[in-house]
Amino acid sequence: MAEKTINLHYTIDGNNFTTAGQASSNIKKVLKQLGVYPEAIRKAAISMYEGEINTIIHGKGGEANVAISPETITIVFTDNGPGISDIDKAMQEGFSTATDEARELGFGAGMGLPNMKKYSDSMTIESQVGKGTTVTMIIKLN
Amino acid sequence: MKLKQVSEILHAKVLTKAPWEDLEVQSACGCDLMSDVLAFVKNQALLLTGLVNPQVIRTCEMMDIKTVVFVRGKVPQAPVLELAEDMGITIMTTDFPLYIACGELYKNGLGGRGE
Repeated sequence: MAEKTINLHYTIDGNNFTTAGQASSNIKKVLKQLGVYPEAIRKAAISMYEGEINTIIHGKGGEANVAISPETITIVFTDNGPGISDIDKAMQEGFSTATDEARELGFGAGMGLPNMKKYSDSMTIESQVGKGTTVTMIIKLN
Repeated sequence: MKLKQVSEILHAKVLTKAPWEDLEVQSACGCDLMSDVLAFVKNQALLLTGLVNPQVIRTCEMMDIKTVVFVRGKVPQAPVLELAEDMGITIMTTDFPLYIACGELYKNGLGGRGE
C-alpha cells in the first residue's frame, strides 16, 4: 500500500480510440506494484477504463487525475465536452448517445456510467451543458 | 479445461507465440459488448468474441482474462496481437460462429460461471 498519497495525471486523447486504455493499464500496474489487494485493483481498473472510454466517446478527450492514498483511490475525469443534460437518464442502463464508431468497438451501449457506479464505492457527476463534465470516483482500500 | 482441449474442440489456430497448451480456464463468456464483459465476467475466464480491435485486449487486461477466441475465422491485425503478447494473453481463431463455438465448449463441460 502507498504510505503517502501518490498523484498521477493523464491526458486522454479524444481522437484516438486505439490508445484508449493506456492510462487504465498504467494505473493497474502501479496498484499492483504498491501491493494493493486484487479486488480493489479490479474495481479501480474497470472504473478507470470505462471512464477513459467515456471521456473519449462523449468528452472528446480530457484528463484523468488519480490520487492513491493508504485509505482510498480517487479517480477524477474532467472533459470539456458537451456536458450531460439529464444525469439521471444518463445513469440508466441502456441509455446512450454514443456514436456508431464507439459501438463498433464494443462500447456505447449505455453501460459505462452504470459500470463505473457499480465498481466504485462512491461516484459523483458534475456537468454543465456546453462546458463539460467532471466525474469523481472513490474506491476504498480498507 | 486446458487450452489444448479448447483448441481441439474448436479446431482453433493459436496466433500468439507464448506457451499455451497447459494453461487452464474455469469458465467462458461469448460477447461482443465489452461493457458487458467488464460488468459480469469472473476470474480465469475465456472470452469468445467477433470483435477484433485493441479494446478487446484492453478489456481482457482489466479483467485478467488470459485467453481470447476470435470466431468466424477472424484474425486481428498485427498491433492487436503484439498488445496481446505484451499482456500475456493467448489468442486463438476458430471458423465456428459465436453461438456454435460457445455451444461446443459448453457441451464439453466448460461452464459459464466457473462451476
